[in-house]
Amino acid sequence: MKTSPLCKQWLYVLFAIMIAQSVFAAEIAKVNRQSSYQLMTAENQAMQDDPNLNPALFWVMDGHSLWKEKTGNKNVSCASCHGDSGKKMSGVATQFPKILRGKLRTLEGQINQCRASQQDASALAYESKELLALTTFVASQSKGMPIAIQETPLNTKDLQQGKQFFNERMGQLNLSCAQCHQDRAGLKLGGSLIPQGHPTAYPIYRIEWQTMGSLQRRLRNCMSGVRAKQFEYGSTEMAQLELYLMWRARGMPLETPGVRP
Amino acid sequence: MSKTSRTGIIAPANAKKDSIIEIRAIAQHDMETGFRYTEDGKRIPRDIIRLFTCRYNNEEVFRADFYSGIGANPLIIFNTIAVASGTIECRWTGDDGYEAVNQVNITIS
Repeated sequence: MKTSPLCKQWLYVLFAIMIAQSVFAAEIAKVNRQSSYQLMTAENQAMQDDPNLNPALFWVMDGHSLWKEKTGNKNVSCASCHGDSGKKMSGVATQFPKILRGKLRTLEGQINQCRASQQDASALAYESKELLALTTFVASQSKGMPIAIQETPLNTKDLQQGKQFFNERMGQLNLSCAQCHQDRAGLKLGGSLIPQGHPTAYPIYRIEWQTMGSLQRRLRNCMSGVRAKQFEYGSTEMAQLELYLMWRARGMPLETPGVRP
Repeated sequence: MSKTSRTGIIAPANAKKDSIIEIRAIAQHDMETGFRYTEDGKRIPRDIIRLFTCRYNNEEVFRADFYSGIGANPLIIFNTIAVASGTIECRWTGDDGYEAVNQVNITIS
């Protein structure tokens, strides 16, 4: 059957709309982005906002003690180079994960790298109290500052890989991050609201965990939820996914130390 | 749990006589229930705060027994009446010799 020119034009328009929709559905518009803070109850919000109630502040204090503690074979502390108060770390957490010496590093990874090279000390284990405390202390220096991840020629490969992980179906449930946290954000999973998944407050004090946890712990949480093989702590895959998520949340203010239910 | 636990008390520094004041006390503590096992099947011994007391000018105004069901880093919020200037002292005691004391001053006008 021969299609008339008018019909063809209509088809083009339809195609254009379909393509446009698939592009726009892919990402949450900047103005509609929302921190999970806004989904919390007033009590939990108060817990995060009130420095006297926020349990994460204990980790900030522990982190500050560790910051000033001399360690390693070189017997120097973080403070020996970066200053006692930690103020010089202001804005640092908004730039991680970051390419340093050709390798993508998370904030935790960079702390361990610094320990190895500057202090000649052993690496701290992921999710150990010490690493969480130091990370929380450093990241909290950037509280209120906008996440500053940009796509650069250096990180574009990792960023694209992270984006692919975000959109790739995984696990026995065969779900991608995007299917919940992008396409169905704001709808319900069981009784709870699906958040948009912006990592604006890490490390967080999660009430369910009754302790602090890193973004990687949270990501592994979801991966086990969809019955997928979890990315390893400190792996390149994790760093790439972290990078994409931080890029996706670029411009949103950092809330560290956050409280989440 | 490290024995260098941190605690905090939040109470108004100034209050009117006979007014109701709110006291908040938080302690950093893992509150290990004693019901958990390690990967190789060993029971993790219970390590919890057992007792919380608050004394206002050396008179007990609040007391709470804690059990395994209380979550980590317990926060307690309660009210009392501002009767006189002095100190509010909170004490947490628990398993394995755990003890933490913290106090704040209050001025009554």
